[in-house]
Amino acid sequence: MLKLIRNRLLSLIVILFGLSVLTYGMTYLLPSNPIDVMIDSMGLPHDEETIENLNKEYGFDAPFWVQYGKWLNGVFHGNFGRSVKYQEPVKDVLARKLPNTVKLACTSFLLMIVISFPLGIASAVYRNKLADYIIRFLSFIGGAMPTFWFGMILIFFFGVRLKILPVSGFSSWKSIIMPTLTLGVSYSAFYIRRIRAVMVEQLSEEYISGLKSRGVSRRRIIFSHVLPNSLLAIITMLGMSFGGLLGGTMIVETVFGWNGIGSAAMAAISARDYYLIQGYVLWMGFIYVMVNLFVDISYQFIDPRIRRGMQQR
Amino acid sequence: MKIKTMSRYRKMVWIRFWIALGFAVLFVVFALFSNHLAPYDPLETHYDHMLEAPSGMFFFGTDQLGRDIFSRILYGGRTSLLIAFLVTAIVAVIGILIGTTAGFLGGVFDAVLMRICDVLLAFPGSIFTIAMVSFIGTGIPNLILAMSITSWTGFARISRSLVLSIKNNVFIEQARMGGASNWKILTVYIIPNVMPSLLVNIFQNIGSKLLTISGLSLLGLGSPPPTPEWGFMLSEGKNFMYQSPWMLGFPGLVILINVVVFNLLSDSIQELMNPKQNNW
Repeated sequence: MLKLIRNRLLSLIVILFGLSVLTYGMTYLLPSNPIDVMIDSMGLPHDEETIENLNKEYGFDAPFWVQYGKWLNGVFHGNFGRSVKYQEPVKDVLARKLPNTVKLACTSFLLMIVISFPLGIASAVYRNKLADYIIRFLSFIGGAMPTFWFGMILIFFFGVRLKILPVSGFSSWKSIIMPTLTLGVSYSAFYIRRIRAVMVEQLSEEYISGLKSRGVSRRRIIFSHVLPNSLLAIITMLGMSFGGLLGGTMIVETVFGWNGIGSAAMAAISARDYYLIQGYVLWMGFIYVMVNLFVDISYQFIDPRIRRGMQQR
Repeated sequence: MKIKTMSRYRKMVWIRFWIALGFAVLFVVFALFSNHLAPYDPLETHYDHMLEAPSGMFFFGTDQLGRDIFSRILYGGRTSLLIAFLVTAIVAVIGILIGTTAGFLGGVFDAVLMRICDVLLAFPGSIFTIAMVSFIGTGIPNLILAMSITSWTGFARISRSLVLSIKNNVFIEQARMGGASNWKILTVYIIPNVMPSLLVNIFQNIGSKLLTISGLSLLGLGSPPPTPEWGFMLSEGKNFMYQSPWMLGFPGLVILINVVVFNLLSDSIQELMNPKQNNW
């Protein structure tokens, strides 16, 4: 068990290293020179002297790894550079807006679980019956809708026609309802299908006929046998889907004017505020990797085979 | 009795497959021949018919510049479907080549490639794509590049595991004994064998890429205006959704239908090949 966690932590370091190299390396994809970007962001004139000074100060003429090391060192000290758009350190923008995005992602994630578990299980249990067809049809449509289109439809009905929910903004607790619905519903469509597939596979295993022939009740078969056995695969997918959800927050935040890091990054893109985009990617990647680590370790505890192995040692 | 119902079920799946394929071909034909089918030039502005509701003259209504939405959707299919097809083709070719080679050769090559995949898969893909496009700049080639770089790993993973599952079959041994080179075994015996299973992923990828493009367009990272493109039409429509909901409704519906068709195609292939799993 400890070995497992150690291995996970090791691979975590590799992945975080990759994440930081890729994030930093993106500056090399810029059509313009990073120096020019920096000069713009500081509002300095583009002359020989400034360029030379900046080169001396930031080492833009140094090799990639030296520059990367410097940058990484800065990141560890909370220095992500200065945001052009907001005229303050990227760290402050992130600190102010990240909690809102995390809040939205968490409520959507919860909604996704609340919707997709019962529907996915029902769909597998009533396989090829009317309930299954209805759930499958709905999740098929839900999964094929552009996320923001669904959000727009919600705005149109609840915000404009019925006027019961705020169209956008951040004023009351009601503001979180529509963004959460948009994200949660559109991502659960995909997830219902996955849960169903995993459960259907389990249901066709031979031990199910064994249980049935021993007269074990249907409810018991599903909740004490099939569900625990499917849980491992389901939880792994849960971690993976969190990444999609994080990406989705950008679009949903933009549509609903949610004051999170996604809409800030969106504004940063049009303002060519590269340091903010970098900080955004780094943080989103970090959260995603951490959630997956947590998921990985948590199912080590859920799986009794591994748990018992731990007690013996 | 049992067998009879099974075959009827299979027949239904076949029917579903042909319907989905028919629609997919139809959409491609619409896009290809949009210059003959569209009643208007998609860029032509009718200033006396701005934001007009759907009518006999403009089937899907007009937008804020009086452009015919129906024609724009037909033409938009060119851009949207082209990007989705191209990205899928690129990631499928790269991913399948890398994945099958890694699975087939094993060893260091396999280990290194799979670690690279791990790192890339450890990212939230959509965020990475968005960041890439914002750094390398918008435009269709850049869009295709960014989407390809971030999504070949899925194909590499799947094709690798498929290869691993057939690698030790007798017919591979026999081919080797017959003196076939590694390259020949890979291209003649392995890839054609895993291809049908990969078709499932290929069609699914087309659908999901259509959704990604529409999302990127909303964020202003899609194809540059005024080229008609479904996602961009949606994001234009959102500004006029109160006066003219058709500007938002029709492009969204078209994306929805296209994604449904390609997903349906993918699912029916899955069921035809692997009826027991009923993964749908």
